[in-house]
Amino acid sequence: MFSILQGLWIVFLHMFRKRETVQYPDEKPVFAPRYRGRIILSRDPDGGERCVACYLCAAACPVDCISLQATEDPAGRRYPEFFRINFSRCIYCGYCEEACPTYAIQLTPDVEMSEYDRNNMVYEKKDLLISGQGKYPGYNFYRVAGMAISGKDKGEAERERPPVDVKSLIP
Amino acid sequence: MSGLMGIAVLLGVFTVAPGLIWLERRLLALWQDRYGPNRVGPFGIFQVVADMVKIFSKEDWTPPFADRPVFVIAPGIVMVTVLMAYAVVPIAPGIGVVDLNIGLLFFLAMSSLGTYSVVLGGWSSNNKFALIGALRGSAQMISYEVFMGLSLLGVVAMTGSFNLREIVEAQRDLWNIVPQFVGFVLFMIAGVAETRRLPFDLPEAESEIVAGFHSEYSGMKFGMFFVGEYIGIVLISGMITTLFLGGWQGPLLPPIVWFMLKTFAFICFFILLRATLPRLRFDQLMHLGWKVLFPLALLNTMITGAILLARSPSP
Repeated sequence: MFSILQGLWIVFLHMFRKRETVQYPDEKPVFAPRYRGRIILSRDPDGGERCVACYLCAAACPVDCISLQATEDPAGRRYPEFFRINFSRCIYCGYCEEACPTYAIQLTPDVEMSEYDRNNMVYEKKDLLISGQGKYPGYNFYRVAGMAISGKDKGEAERERPPVDVKSLIP
Repeated sequence: MSGLMGIAVLLGVFTVAPGLIWLERRLLALWQDRYGPNRVGPFGIFQVVADMVKIFSKEDWTPPFADRPVFVIAPGIVMVTVLMAYAVVPIAPGIGVVDLNIGLLFFLAMSSLGTYSVVLGGWSSNNKFALIGALRGSAQMISYEVFMGLSLLGVVAMTGSFNLREIVEAQRDLWNIVPQFVGFVLFMIAGVAETRRLPFDLPEAESEIVAGFHSEYSGMKFGMFFVGEYIGIVLISGMITTLFLGGWQGPLLPPIVWFMLKTFAFICFFILLRATLPRLRFDQLMHLGWKVLFPLALLNTMITGAILLARSPSP
């Protein structure tokens, strides 16, 4: 009996509390930087595409909403010929981001992507690619990978020693 | 004159009841740190209008397996009985539809008849959830009806009349809530059970049996059950005010304002009850009704009678 009255009193006191509601369209909620929202493709500090079209994101995707086609430029850099994410199917699990070896694909704290036409939910590469580096500034895959591209030969990457000359006897 | 007053009271009740839906949603939200409906019109007050338009435009569907005439009549019963009971409530001196010398009995009879809408609605739906809800409703109302009447016997004995206006007049010096506090608490609990509100909303219990007795109802028939429930709240609050809080009596303000203020306070308390308490289990409900509240009501009646007898001049 006493606990009932106590409960009534506590609920009554909630009248003077601050309301928790965020009045959404008028008042935007603040999402954490690691929130899993709209997916983007980032660029490296030199402005080149980070994506090397390894297909790991497409393989990791549990709902198969990512499709891409790898190709190679004359300098030897791999990049996706097209990159398509069907956001009407995407479940925003973030597995693609986890799978990505080059930090290229990233999830952003943006959720406002409703459309009246379902076809508009299919994002092409030009919609996905952003001009910046996203969450991992300063990372440049081709500068740390031991792979030769134009302007950087084998052994010239960061923290990489020159390749061993297999034709020499000198250690 | 009486007819005009009837129309005025009817209109008043019909404007208050939908406003109550809005009030309840806003108050519940306030007590749960939310906003509630606040988009349509100032403070969202036209939400009810929007909902009404929606409910009128819905298909009014009678299931093919239902017992059609009974199914149609059931929501009408709840409205008719609640509105009929409203006829005897003395709102202020000179304001009120009829002045029956058995007003209290009439109110009890009408609120008992309201049970039929639950039972018939659930039965005619021909649906197991609706039937469970109806069975719960009938059992609950029969058991709570008993001590609802008994809890009022103290008031009747003290006044010596079943006339609601005389009961209000008799409280000129001391409101009945002081000498009849037990009766007041009992009547309030019974009133909550009678209007099927939380924590006694077992007949509908949406988390257990869909919507209980009105599972199969749609459109305006559902709306009638819904509005009937809210008019029931106004009615019970008005009756508590009349019987225990001195009705229209109070200093300074005009009588009708006093009546409305007291009634409004009880309506808010009903909503606070809903915001706080969880639903009882069915056996707990029956246990509480028959083993705790019923003996208490009997005891209250007996003690009141004994005191009145001791005080009365011996023949």
